[in-house]
Amino acid sequence: MVLLSLALKSLRNRLLVSALTVLSIALSVTLLVGVENVRAGVRDSFAGTIRGTDLIVGARGGTMQVLMSTVFGMATPAGGITMGTYEQWKAHPAIKWTIPYSLGDSHRGFRVIGTTSEFFEHYRFRNERVTFAEGGAPTGDTDVAIGHDVAQRLGYRMGQKIVVAHGTGGVTFSEHQAHPFTVVGIIARTFTPIDRALYVTLAGIEAMHELEESGGAAPAAPPAGATAPGGAPLVMPGASGPPAGATAPGGAPLVMPGSSGPPAQAAPPPPPPAPKKPAHGEEGHEHVDGDEHDHDDEHAHGDDEAEHDHDDDKITAFFVGTQTRLETLRLQREMNDDTREPLTAIVPGVALAELWQGVGNAEVGLKVVAFFTVLIGLAGMLVSLYSSLEARRREMAILRAVGARPSTIVALLVLESGVLAVLGAALGVALVYAGLSLAQGPVEDRFGLLIPIRALGSTEWMYLALIVIAGFLVGLVPAWKAYRSSLVDGLSPRT
Amino acid sequence: MSTIHADAPAIRLADVRFGYRPGQQVLDIPALEIARGARVFLYGPSGSGKTTLLGLIAGVLAGGTGRVEVLGTDLARLGGSARDAFRAQHLGYIFQMFNLIPYLSVRDNILLPTRLDAQRAARLRGQSPAQAATELAEGLDILSLLDQPVTELSVGQQQRVAAARALIGYPELVVADEPTSALDADRREAFLRLLFASCERVGATLVFVSHDQALAPLFSQRVSLPDINRAARPAAA
Ligand SMILES: Nc1ncnc2c1ncn2[C@@H]1O[C@H](COP(=O)(O)OP(=O)(O)OP(=O)(O)O)[C@@H](O)[C@H]1O
Ligand SMILES: [Mg+2]
Repeated sequence: MVLLSLALKSLRNRLLVSALTVLSIALSVTLLVGVENVRAGVRDSFAGTIRGTDLIVGARGGTMQVLMSTVFGMATPAGGITMGTYEQWKAHPAIKWTIPYSLGDSHRGFRVIGTTSEFFEHYRFRNERVTFAEGGAPTGDTDVAIGHDVAQRLGYRMGQKIVVAHGTGGVTFSEHQAHPFTVVGIIARTFTPIDRALYVTLAGIEAMHELEESGGAAPAAPPAGATAPGGAPLVMPGASGPPAGATAPGGAPLVMPGSSGPPAQAAPPPPPPAPKKPAHGEEGHEHVDGDEHDHDDEHAHGDDEAEHDHDDDKITAFFVGTQTRLETLRLQREMNDDTREPLTAIVPGVALAELWQGVGNAEVGLKVVAFFTVLIGLAGMLVSLYSSLEARRREMAILRAVGARPSTIVALLVLESGVLAVLGAALGVALVYAGLSLAQGPVEDRFGLLIPIRALGSTEWMYLALIVIAGFLVGLVPAWKAYRSSLVDGLSPRT
Repeated sequence: MSTIHADAPAIRLADVRFGYRPGQQVLDIPALEIARGARVFLYGPSGSGKTTLLGLIAGVLAGGTGRVEVLGTDLARLGGSARDAFRAQHLGYIFQMFNLIPYLSVRDNILLPTRLDAQRAARLRGQSPAQAATELAEGLDILSLLDQPVTELSVGQQQRVAAARALIGYPELVVADEPTSALDADRREAFLRLLFASCERVGATLVFVSHDQALAPLFSQRVSLPDINRAARPAAA
């Protein structure tokens, strides 16, 4: 205690140098802890983009494709899943709930997603459910609920009438003029891709496309048929070399050529859309071979299905909550092995982690830089302590004469550097949180990115502990010198 | 702990040889004895080894040969840390100048020995450290300065603070290395008188180093270092 108070008073005596030393350590701690804290925070909120969903199921495709197209709305989905298949899986005893997702339309660059009330009931991000800032979920087939960013950017209010365009991204095709939607809900901000999407009912999507087909606003069709369904080319890697054009028309290739011998198909689905499906299946089956010369057949269903990858009786993907988590992997295998329709089921947590790995490498670079700044901060402390020693020889001699042991001198100096390191670390942490709370608002507004202000994680604590320990160790160097000189100086240090 | 022999002289040196470097001989003292309660004036020209001798007596310097007995304890027999403990307990030391820790107040400077060493604190004879400091400050006429930063004191005041610090905890031996060299003649005498009175009050033996012969008559015993030091060569002026 005596030593600590001595050390503190001595540091205060050299206030400017001490303050600068603390500041330089603090800044490096800020960088190191800040980087780690923000990284962990972003990772968590990234991992929290989707929660509670055990499996995401899409048409056969890559894991990332399924994840990106459903959760992040970025890649184009790979084809679709027939309603019948969906209904069958929905009835699976291991499955507790499902959320259907129908993609492929957009509104002024924002995705339009067809789903059901199950989405609002079961979808979770960061363990929160989707809630509304205003209004509620779409129920009628002209209802639409819009995400926070959509409302903000486009300045939409409740009751706004909007027209949905076919296709996604910048390139949209025909607009479904004949079937305008009305905003019935504005979803509270989620800081996830939900903010940048519009939600309508499956029936709404269907109605829109039916209108389209019957009377509709000039399908920019035939060429669109080839490209628009974006997903088409991505479909089913191995399935059948040439199905590109064929995909759109009604899921023809959805049955894998090899696996076709489908007793499954014979058995199948009870629900009403069912009858339509097997027909497709078979049709498609025949096509697969002859698809190359698409053109002849084109009108056959070209009229019928037009340019849609989201066929009216198809959805793009569905989310699954299992009865018990334990069944997830078994269920995933079962789905991936489905012979009726080639599916890809992914575990979102695993896929997110995989995706994050890519980001991880950049982190390492940042962390290395941060570590070096800590080293520089400590080196700065060493320099300042060491160079102050010459001026303090007298002080050390006095302390020795007055009863301080050499070990006391060592302890004093080590304590001083330790105190500087502790103060630096504390100030650094304070700066991190000050910085975060200052940056949080602007970053949210500008980038729609949620920087959670979170408690220090174990990694951060470990860094802090290392820095403080290093601080004490750094003090040993001048302490050793002071120890030596206080012995050599005896009672008459040259001043 | 080292036992103090009440009847032993305060200091006894026998065949002490000391040099800072091999081959160098700063001190070579066949014999020196200083009685308990004496007020000794130790003088000699600059560079004659006065500070070196004090260093040996205080146990700060080690490595010489011969016996250095302080209060009946042979310092050479003690290990380094035991010497430190011995000094902390039984000795008060006053430097020529710059005696004080600049970042401590007057009071804290005076209390420093009791804070750094529990044994020294235990020698306060029932007084609290604060009481002891107040009493010493009163005797040395610095009572009103107790709460001031030492950087605001005159040199004479600083030396009195240093004396108070050397005397706290009733040390048997007080060693002063030219504490008055920065004072003018009047202040020098005033300081000495206060110092003597305080030493008497705590019962301490005083070894006072100076090359200022004018002060010599005030002391009970005078020792010329060149006279007792065989290594004394008129080297530096
Ligand atoms: N740390 C040291 N290392 C080497 N030699 C030293 C050291 N301290 C003192 N000396 C030498 O020892 C001799 C005696 O020095 P000392 O300081 O004891 O003299 P002094 O009598 O106290 O002089 P002054 O009156 O000037 O203080 C001198 O020749 C000096 O050069
Ligand atoms: Mg000297």
